[in-house]
Amino acid sequence: MDKVKVMVNRFGLPRIIIVAFLLSLLVMAVMLEIPLNNLISDALVRTGMNGILVLAMVPGILAGIGLNFGIPIGIVCGLLGGLIAIELDLYGFQALFTAVAISIPLSLVAGYFYGLLLNRVKGSEMTIATYVGFSIVSLMSIGWLVLPFTSEDMRWPIGTGLRTTITLQGRYERILNQWGSFDLFGVTIPTGLLLFMLFSCLLVWLFLRSKTGVAMIAAGDSPKFATASGINVNRMRIVGTMLSTALSAVGIVIYSQSFGFIQLYQAPMFMSFAAVAAVLIGGASIKKANIANVLIGAFLFQSLLVVSLPVANKILEDVSSLAEIARIVISNGIILYALTQIGGGE
Amino acid sequence: MKAEHNNEHYVLDMRDIGKEYYGTRVLSGINISLKPGEIHGVLGENGAGKSTLMNILFGMSVIHNTGGFDGKVFVDGEETFIKSPVEAMYKGIGMVHQEFMLIPGYSITENIKLNREITTPGILSRVAGKKLETLNMEEMNKDARKALDKLGMNVEEWVKVAGLPVSYMQFVEIARELDKENLKVLVFDEPTAVLTESDADKLLESMRMIADSGIAILFITHRLDEVKRVADRITVLRDGQHVATKNIEDTDVFDMANLMVGREIKMDSAKSVSNEDKAVKMEIKNLYVDMPGEVIRGVDLDIYEGEILGVGGLAGQGKIGLANGIMGLYNSEGTVRLDGKEVVLNNPEKALKQGLAFVSEDRRGIGLLLDNSIELNIAVTAMQIKEQFIRRIGPFTQTDNKKIRDHALKMIKELDIRCTGPQQITRRLSGGNQQKVCIARALTLNPKVLFVSEPTRGIDVGAKKLVLDTLLQLNKEYGMTIIMTSSELAELRMISHRIAIINEGKLEGVLPPDASDVDFGLMMSGEYHKVKGEEVKTDG
Repeated sequence: MDKVKVMVNRFGLPRIIIVAFLLSLLVMAVMLEIPLNNLISDALVRTGMNGILVLAMVPGILAGIGLNFGIPIGIVCGLLGGLIAIELDLYGFQALFTAVAISIPLSLVAGYFYGLLLNRVKGSEMTIATYVGFSIVSLMSIGWLVLPFTSEDMRWPIGTGLRTTITLQGRYERILNQWGSFDLFGVTIPTGLLLFMLFSCLLVWLFLRSKTGVAMIAAGDSPKFATASGINVNRMRIVGTMLSTALSAVGIVIYSQSFGFIQLYQAPMFMSFAAVAAVLIGGASIKKANIANVLIGAFLFQSLLVVSLPVANKILEDVSSLAEIARIVISNGIILYALTQIGGGE
Repeated sequence: MKAEHNNEHYVLDMRDIGKEYYGTRVLSGINISLKPGEIHGVLGENGAGKSTLMNILFGMSVIHNTGGFDGKVFVDGEETFIKSPVEAMYKGIGMVHQEFMLIPGYSITENIKLNREITTPGILSRVAGKKLETLNMEEMNKDARKALDKLGMNVEEWVKVAGLPVSYMQFVEIARELDKENLKVLVFDEPTAVLTESDADKLLESMRMIADSGIAILFITHRLDEVKRVADRITVLRDGQHVATKNIEDTDVFDMANLMVGREIKMDSAKSVSNEDKAVKMEIKNLYVDMPGEVIRGVDLDIYEGEILGVGGLAGQGKIGLANGIMGLYNSEGTVRLDGKEVVLNNPEKALKQGLAFVSEDRRGIGLLLDNSIELNIAVTAMQIKEQFIRRIGPFTQTDNKKIRDHALKMIKELDIRCTGPQQITRRLSGGNQQKVCIARALTLNPKVLFVSEPTRGIDVGAKKLVLDTLLQLNKEYGMTIIMTSSELAELRMISHRIAIINEGKLEGVLPPDASDVDFGLMMSGEYHKVKGEEVKTDG
């Protein structure tokens, strides 16, 4: 009995509730004769494509800026990287890695200035970050209209500016997902995608064990302590913000390749909420987060979305117009529940 | 001048008061009785139990939430059980606070009458009840005027409190208490602490006036000369014990200082040592530190190689600011030299790199990463400052977990840190063990000079001794120079070779640990030079 208690404590009650909810949905899916193997394949793909965006939360939390609602800044940089790769008329892995390589320096610069801003608003970072995210998305909506891209694949056939959705078909659509993928009991494993996510996690993990990483964790945990240990707290917060922004830039490139489209204009507006919700469901708090939180959270959150939608659709079959509403209610419901867990799993 | 009261009628009588917090006795056997019109001084060092006693008198919730108190309180001869500050007010007990509890945006009248407004019924109130009656400003102003006049204050009653000089705010506080009609006992909690000398004089005068009108005053302070001037009787507390109650005629400043500080302490370890043959390790010249509440205003001090220097003084006088300033945690100015080399001020990194280390008085705030493991806590500063426990792979660095673990295990063994293992998070440790982790972290830096602030604050008696023994051992075995700041004079005298007393941000003097209680008492209340100086004059 005690062992069970320890297990429950370690895993955390919120995660047990979510897992129980997920399992009951799976049971319902089976009863409604929705094929499980497809659901699981989808869940794996979505975990992989969102994983790096969720991972972007970790350096922010540990550096003491809280949940980085400002990842649209990085996302915009990542989108730019993707667009430039198309503009250069690249294909395949060359296109993908060019997109990543371009977006990283862009996002590091953007993250630096964003970090300077966050250092001036200590204590209310999360509110400010949310609105910085909104603002940058709106600003870039103008940007997408006026930036001098010439590729016919991206521009509206008539008029000016870039399309709202740009297909990656034939360029690098699902290129990571398909790399080394195989079927297991009818479930498709997106090997390349998952490996890339795990590799990114490994890099972050290594960084957290470096001298700078330890200093950043100390600065985030207790600024006073860090100052007394000769650590420049403001600099560490900027490092965390830059890293978080860069990860979100890479994250959106990976997300796009799996999705098959680059979505511009208002699309990145609410992406931070899903990432925040996932890391919270994974057991992180405003002050503590680790790689396990990212992996568990991304998987649970995305699985819930993947499984709950067809189940809800099947139940509401007669009133098909409700399906879209059900989607919004469920995803926002999960986000809301996650935000109530902001205190963390400890 | 002082009124004689021969009748045995007491307005307030606290008998055999005792209090325990979670098994730690903080007060026992306190007896205080007040006659009408008497000024009764309550003296004691920080932590002597003065504030606990007042919390009991005012029925503060901290007392009732922690199991109440022992003993009895009589008001006007009637046994009373005060459960809340509001009840204390109804019983006629008022308090003038150390920090002003005034609303800056309100006028003096409004502040005085807050929540006791005089109202007249209006149209709305007939429908909606008493809460909506109109204020009778005229009557309220009159009352406020009366209270202000009693204090001899000629400021207009409609002036806003914001922007008034500090001394006026103090008087408004007093006026508010005086305005309460049934006021019998008025408590002054260190009222002169924030006032200039002339304002303090005025305040003392008005205290006398208030007392002469028949109100009893409980005067809490550590300024002995003020007590001597206005009080009729004094009660001295020390370590939660009632030491003495005396008529003011039967005592003097020396006697009071002695009673306040006097302790039986074992003088086995500390002996005053001659420093003549020792080299100066650290030289402090004209140091100013802007630490809120603990300001240092120009200190000159030499610290000798291999000594333990105690830094004492009352709370708020600046002793804490000394170490914090030198370590660069608060803005400071002046010159500090270590081994002849100037220490860069306002830069913790440089201070640490030059061989200083600091165990902070704010253990949970500055001293520890509460949610991280013991081993990381011990290693983190050395990792940043000295690149210990770090492996370099080209431009990249990785923590060397094995070295950290080995070092943590060694420290845990050496300092006897009681824990479940080096990976336990420090939040879960007891105060004493947390302190040892802090010390271990400082030692890992292998410092030339170690600053330790309030090492025994908030930890139990057994652990206190262990912490002090650790410091002594470091000093004896490794010859480490230690500067220990503490509010507890007894522990300073136990392990220091010399004790510097800081008063009002300045060095009042340096005493050997075996100096008399009187000298310590006088120095801590800033009377040493005044009194000793006068003595010399009268002698000459």
